Amino acid sequence: MSVFTFKGGIHPYDGKDLSKDKPIKEMLPGPELVYPLSQHIGAPAEAIVKKGDKVLAGQKIASAKGFVSAPVYSSVSGTVKTIEKRRTITGDMAMSIVIENDGNYENAAPIHDKKYEDMSREDILAAIADAGIVGMGGAGFPTHVKLSPKEPDKIDTVIVNCAECEPYLTSDYRKMLEEPEKLIKGLEIEVSLFKNARGILAVEDNKPDCIKLLREKTRDKDKIEVIALKTKYPQGSERQLIYAVTKREINSKMLPADAGCIVNNVDTVIAVCNAVCEGEPLTHRIVTVTGDAVAEPANFKVLTGTNYNDLIQAAGGFKTEPAKIISGGPMMGFAVFDTDAPVTKASSALLAMTKDEVAMYEPGPCINCGRCVDVCPSRLVPSVLADHAQHFNEEEFKALYGMECVECGSCSYVCPAKRQLVQSIKTMRKICLAKRKK
Amino acid sequence: MASISATPHIRAKTSTTGIMGAVILALMPATVGGVINFGPKALLLICISIASAVFFEWGFEKIAQKRSSIKDLSAVLTGLLLALNLPVSVPWWMPVIGSFVAIVVIKMLFGGLGQNFMNPALGARCFLVISFSKLMTDFSYRPGWGAADAVSGATPLMSVKNGEAFDLESMFIGNEAGTIGETSALLLIIGGMFLMIAGIITWHLTFSYLISFVIFILIFSGHGFDMSYIGAQLYGGGLMLGAFFMATDYVTRPISRKGQLIYGIFLGVMTGIFRLFGPGAEGVSYAIVIGNLIVPLIDKISVPKHFGYRKEAA
Repeated sequence: MSVFTFKGGIHPYDGKDLSKDKPIKEMLPGPELVYPLSQHIGAPAEAIVKKGDKVLAGQKIASAKGFVSAPVYSSVSGTVKTIEKRRTITGDMAMSIVIENDGNYENAAPIHDKKYEDMSREDILAAIADAGIVGMGGAGFPTHVKLSPKEPDKIDTVIVNCAECEPYLTSDYRKMLEEPEKLIKGLEIEVSLFKNARGILAVEDNKPDCIKLLREKTRDKDKIEVIALKTKYPQGSERQLIYAVTKREINSKMLPADAGCIVNNVDTVIAVCNAVCEGEPLTHRIVTVTGDAVAEPANFKVLTGTNYNDLIQAAGGFKTEPAKIISGGPMMGFAVFDTDAPVTKASSALLAMTKDEVAMYEPGPCINCGRCVDVCPSRLVPSVLADHAQHFNEEEFKALYGMECVECGSCSYVCPAKRQLVQSIKTMRKICLAKRKK
Repeated sequence: MASISATPHIRAKTSTTGIMGAVILALMPATVGGVINFGPKALLLICISIASAVFFEWGFEKIAQKRSSIKDLSAVLTGLLLALNLPVSVPWWMPVIGSFVAIVVIKMLFGGLGQNFMNPALGARCFLVISFSKLMTDFSYRPGWGAADAVSGATPLMSVKNGEAFDLESMFIGNEAGTIGETSALLLIIGGMFLMIAGIITWHLTFSYLISFVIFILIFSGHGFDMSYIGAQLYGGGLMLGAFFMATDYVTRPISRKGQLIYGIFLGVMTGIFRLFGPGAEGVSYAIVIGNLIVPLIDKISVPKHFGYRKEAA
C-alpha cells in the first residue's frame, strides 16, 4: 500500500487516545444561545429577526450579505432576547443574535423540499449556500464559494481532508466511523458538480479502521477513492495535502482550484449531504473536548450558539485547574482567556492543559541547528525569516518568501532554543497583508 | 485564569542544553581514549581547559551584566574541544589562553552563543599554533600512565607526508602521537555515529567532507588507489575529529542540507590542498576556519526551493 505525503513536518505526541474511543454524544444547550453574525470569512450576515421575535430550530435568523457570505440559523426554538455585541471565543466583541431557548426544540420546515435526484447543479449550490455551510475545519470559508470556481471543468480532484493531523482532535475520526455513508454521499454530491472530477478521501494512516471502513463502503463507487496519508503534522494543511494527493504544488497566490482541486473538511462534507438530501441547515457540529485537565474527554454533537462553559460541564468539568485553554488543536489553535463564549460553525475543539509548555521555557539564542529548515513544509528558512520579522525588514522578509508560510508552527515546535519563530513570522505576515490591502 | 500565548502550544523536548550535552557525551569515547593514551597530564589539561572556558564565559557575562548562559553547556563543549585539539606536551597555561581567545574574543565579543562567525575552539587552536608554533607542534609524549620513556614526537600523518613507514592499525585504534582527542579514528567514529543516530547531526556534511577529500587525494596525491595511503590520510591528523565534531558545529555551518553538502565539498578540497601542497602535514583546522568564513555566502546560494514555486522556475 503506497502512502502519500510531503517533505518536512513533525511528529508531536498526538494525545488522541484521550477521546478517540468516545462515541459522539449529543448535548443540550443552556437557556441562552448566542449567534455571532460573522462565523465565516467574508461579509457578516445581516440579522432578519428583531428583539421579541419567536423563532424555531432551523429558522434563518440572519441572511447572507453578498456572494462571499453565509446565513446563520437558529439551532433552538425560542425568543430573540436581544441583538448586541457579545464576546466570542477569540476574545473579540462581535455583533450577535441572542436567543432564549424555550426547551421545546420545535423544528422549522426544511430549507428546500426537492429530491437530490431531481436537483440541478444550480439547485445543489443554492442549497449549500442557503444552508449556511462554511469550512468547518476552522477557517470558515463559505463552501458554496469554494464549490464555484471560475472554470469548473478544470477541477479533477475533490479531496476530503480526513487527515486530522492536529494532535488531540478526534471529531473527524468519530464522524468517519459513525457516519461514513453521509460522508461518502456528501463527497458524491460535490464530485457530481464537476464533470471531470474524482473524489478522494485522504486519511492519515494512524486511522487504519477508518481507511478499512471507508474502502469497504466505497468499493462499488468508481469515482471515489480512499488513500492513506503518512501520519505527520501538518499533513492536513491544504497545500501539503494537495501535494500529497496530486503531486501538484500551489503557493500563497494560488487557490486549490488552480491545481484542479477542491479541498473540504469532513464535517463540512457531511453538512453538504444534510443540506442537499434533507434540506437541513447548518445548526450543529462536532466538537472534541479534551486535554489532561478535563475530567471526561469526549466528542460532542453541539448546537451552534451553545456556551462553551456548558460544553465543559458536559465533559465533567475540569479535574484540575487548567493552565491553558485552547480553542482548536495545540499546534494552530488559539489560547482562550474567557470560555463564556458561544460555539460557532468553525469551532473544532476545546483543549484544556494542566501545563503551559510555552511559559515553561525561556527563549534562547538561535544556534543555527537547522531543525526549523528541515521541518518547514513550505521549505522556508524560519530562523532567518523570524530575524527579519523581528527587525521589520519587510523587503528581506518577502525576498525569502516569508509570505509563503502556512503558519503551521512546526518550526516553533522543534526549536531547541524555544524561539517564538512562527509567532514572529505570523506578525510580519499580518503587517504585510494589511499593507497590501491598502 | 488560564494563560495566553501564541501558537504552537506544545513544544518538542529537545533543548539547546540537551544538544550540547549529547555532543559532550559523544566526545567521551575519544576523551577517555586520549587520557588512556597520553596519561594523567591529558586529563589535567582537559580539566583546565573546560574550567577556564566556563570561567571566562561566566566572568564576561558578569562584567557585561548579561544573563549567565553557562548552563547551556556550550562553554563546557568549547573547552573540551579545545583541549582535544592540544598536544599533551603543552604547558598548563596554554588551554587558559586558548579558552580566553575562544570564549571572549571569538564568541562573547560577537554576541555570545549563535553569533560567532568562527568555531571558537578551532579559531583558538589556530591562534595558538601561530602564536606558539614550537610548543603547539611538539608531539612528544610518554605513552600511557606508567611509561618512563618519552616518545619523540612525529605524528603518523607527518610520517605519511614524508613518505616514511606508518602503522595503519594503530592509527585507527589511536595509540599514536597527535593531539589529545584526534588520534583514535575508531573512538571518534563511534561518537559521530551516536550523534547521527541521535539526530543531532546528519550525514550530509560529514560524508560530503570525507568523500570529497578522498576524491581529491585520489586525483592529486600521486598514490592512486593505494588503500593504505588513503586510510592513513583519513585516520591521521584531525580529520575525523574535524569532520564529525568541528565542521558540524551548528553555529558555523550552513543551515540547509544543500548548503551543508556544498560546504562539505569545500572543506574536503581545502583540507586536501593544505595536506598535499601546504608546508605542514595537517590542514583540517585551517580548512574549517576558512570554511567558516564562506558560510554566509553558501547560505545565500543554498536557500531551499520554496514550496509552490517549482513549476514557475522551470
